[in-house]
Amino acid sequence: MRPAELIPQGLEIGAALAAAPLFLGWVNQCRAWLSNRRAPSPWLPYRNMRKLFAKDAVLAENASALFRAAPYIVFSTMVVAAGIIPSMGTRLPLVAASDAIALVGLLATARVFLSLAAMDVGTAFGTLGARREMMVGFLAEPALLMVIFVASLISATTALPAISEHLATQTLRLNPSLAFTAVAFTLVLLAENARIPVDNPATHLELTMIHEAMLIEYSARHLALMEWAAALRLFNYACIGFALFIPWGVAAGPIGPVALLLSIPVLTAKLACAGAGLAVIETLSAKLRVMRVPEFLATAFLFAVLGLLVHVLSRS
Amino acid sequence: MPVRKWWERAREVPGAPAMRGLGVTAEEWMLAASDVAAAGGRLLSMWASAGGEPSAGAVYAAYLSDAQVLILELSGAGQRGREPAYPGLEELFPAASRMQRAVYDLSGIRSSDPDRRPWLRHGGWAEDFHPLAGAARRPAEEPAAEGSAAKEPAAEDYAFVRVEGEGVHEIAVGPVHAGTIEPGHFRFSVVGEKVLRLEERLGYTHKGIERRFTQLGLLEAHRLAARISGDSAVAFSWAYCQALEGMAGCAIPPRAAAIRALLLELERIANHLGDLGALGNDAGFAFGLAQFSRLKEALLRALAAAFGQRYLLDAVVPGGARVDVSARAERALGACADSIAREAAELRGIYEDHAGLRDRFAGTGVLTPALAARLGVLGLAARASGQPIDARIDRPWAPYGELAPRKVVRDEGDVAARVAVRFEELEESLRLVRRILGALPAGPHAIEVEAPADGAFGVGLIEGWRGPVLIALEAGPGGAIRRCHPHDSSVQAWPALEHAILGNLVPDFPLINKSFNLAYSGADA
Repeated sequence: MRPAELIPQGLEIGAALAAAPLFLGWVNQCRAWLSNRRAPSPWLPYRNMRKLFAKDAVLAENASALFRAAPYIVFSTMVVAAGIIPSMGTRLPLVAASDAIALVGLLATARVFLSLAAMDVGTAFGTLGARREMMVGFLAEPALLMVIFVASLISATTALPAISEHLATQTLRLNPSLAFTAVAFTLVLLAENARIPVDNPATHLELTMIHEAMLIEYSARHLALMEWAAALRLFNYACIGFALFIPWGVAAGPIGPVALLLSIPVLTAKLACAGAGLAVIETLSAKLRVMRVPEFLATAFLFAVLGLLVHVLSRS
Repeated sequence: MPVRKWWERAREVPGAPAMRGLGVTAEEWMLAASDVAAAGGRLLSMWASAGGEPSAGAVYAAYLSDAQVLILELSGAGQRGREPAYPGLEELFPAASRMQRAVYDLSGIRSSDPDRRPWLRHGGWAEDFHPLAGAARRPAEEPAAEGSAAKEPAAEDYAFVRVEGEGVHEIAVGPVHAGTIEPGHFRFSVVGEKVLRLEERLGYTHKGIERRFTQLGLLEAHRLAARISGDSAVAFSWAYCQALEGMAGCAIPPRAAAIRALLLELERIANHLGDLGALGNDAGFAFGLAQFSRLKEALLRALAAAFGQRYLLDAVVPGGARVDVSARAERALGACADSIAREAAELRGIYEDHAGLRDRFAGTGVLTPALAARLGVLGLAARASGQPIDARIDRPWAPYGELAPRKVVRDEGDVAARVAVRFEELEESLRLVRRILGALPAGPHAIEVEAPADGAFGVGLIEGWRGPVLIALEAGPGGAIRRCHPHDSSVQAWPALEHAILGNLVPDFPLINKSFNLAYSGADA
């Protein structure tokens, strides 16, 4: 890795760190507008984090080192994931260093630590949330892998930047397999990011929570990091989606900071549309019964498999 | 002996219509209870009046049978102490259990039923102290010294019923919740996500209201009654005033009665609007909450403009209503009712067409009609489970005889049925509001009421938005209150919630609980 490459890489990660809470704020703003409410400022997540970082952390008496370390682990996992995903450029050092399967593994690592930490203190809600999170995870991960496999088959590689470049530069052709996988990916995104209809990020009903139940024992900087990590996860998922399904406008080839800066407006436009679309889905849906979540994710898997079949059949 | 025989022996009790009282012996107490139970009657409320002497207490039970209210008084047997003093009614009326435990905690008169766990007493006072028991000694006033935690009565283990078996575990929820809601403890025994048993522990909002009543005058305590449960302020204060006016032998003018009915229906509308929004929100449909909150807020502002209060805490006063309805308020309230009716109808369409909401509501938290009857549930929850009981229609008091509201009954007993009952009652109450506003009788909106004489006894019974609200009132010397017992029908409905959740999923509990939306404060008083 040459030092000159570090600058664009740092820029990409920095942009993800800075933009992730804003993206969440934007989704919340759209949701408020769609239900005829006056919207909170899109900067609210930052204010909330500033408030949390200024507070003293309260820990349960029987919290172990794992509980204290988990926020840092989960947060750094998400930062590394943000570096891997070709959100602004495809030839960045970290982007080139790993493939899509490693990325899925990275996201799974974050989930494992989050769940372990939730069970660490031993309260009913943490365990409840962790159990549900694992149920969502073991159904969502295969679907996500399936989605990535379809894109890999099209571009004959599992490296996310290569997939992205291939899809962006290929001659214009319809890829019906990608349409199926796009639906599958959207369902996985909703489930993995604790959005309605799988989980309700705004609820105060502790018995219905999944993601929030796992954070219920956290406070102050730990909670801030966990919430930042959650915002990053949503941002990362959105960027994976862009890389697979709307890859145009990402700086391809060897790049410097200037090319990277030029990709910012494109990414912003994509995020704005994705956020608005997410808000529409969330406003129109009610939350599913928890026992319907497996059906929901099975549907995602089915769509991904259909995409695979369509790809294989249309090639042969 | 049929209930009619007891009814014929009993004497008229002032207050609500069709109400009689009868003093009985311990043997008759049980006989009458089994007659009422056999006739399909309901237990409305139980309370005790502990006299100054340890042996001078009396226990009361109010029954609802065929739209008539029969109040039995078992006196003399009320011996205070740890030993059972009167026969318990739990076997005939399951809802009696918690009422009897509350009676013991407050008055020190024990029933013969086996469940002796405290109900309202959470260790806030010593076990042998009973707040309502006349000249009972007060608990030690001096604060406990450092390190003498053993003396703290709070350190008491409450024996929840344990469920055992492979994979069974408990989830303890509350009394402090993640949201800003009233305190109550729920102990779930679950396997995976499935609820095997729920046991409630309430009493966290016990405020000593019954004792506070005895320190107030008869003509001022309606304000305390209104504050027992803020969302049912009109129902409670009207029940109080109904009892008081009955005892004083004063009939309120027609305009006053019409204004009170207007207030009661407006209170019902405000609460149903709030609940319908919250039910959507608990199913993850925030759009519903935003819309219904907007409608409720518009109504609350109209109330503030018309009556000077967003929540009608002081609107009902002895002798009538505190404020008259001006011509301007009449128009404003009418316009508000019209716009709510229009928008609520539209929102009802959205709720009923929404696949996700229907999936969450239908078949969730079923309380079967048979179970609702066995548990003696009353009010909105009962009407959603096929129990056609509504005091406004069954035993109308002025002006409900003329208004003739439509009774809304559903048989399914699930969350969807309780939502549908709310929608239809909302529609009906809006119609009543417009009808009352259209034909407000002329005349005074309030008259003077003289305090009833020492020893007078009366009972008020008003159908609030949740269900019947009962207030039993006994006058003391010089315009004082000797005893006042408020009762919210949530007491009967809380045990039904424990049954409605069985076999459902843990994350569906908040939705089921909200569909009942029972009173904490009103039940704990």
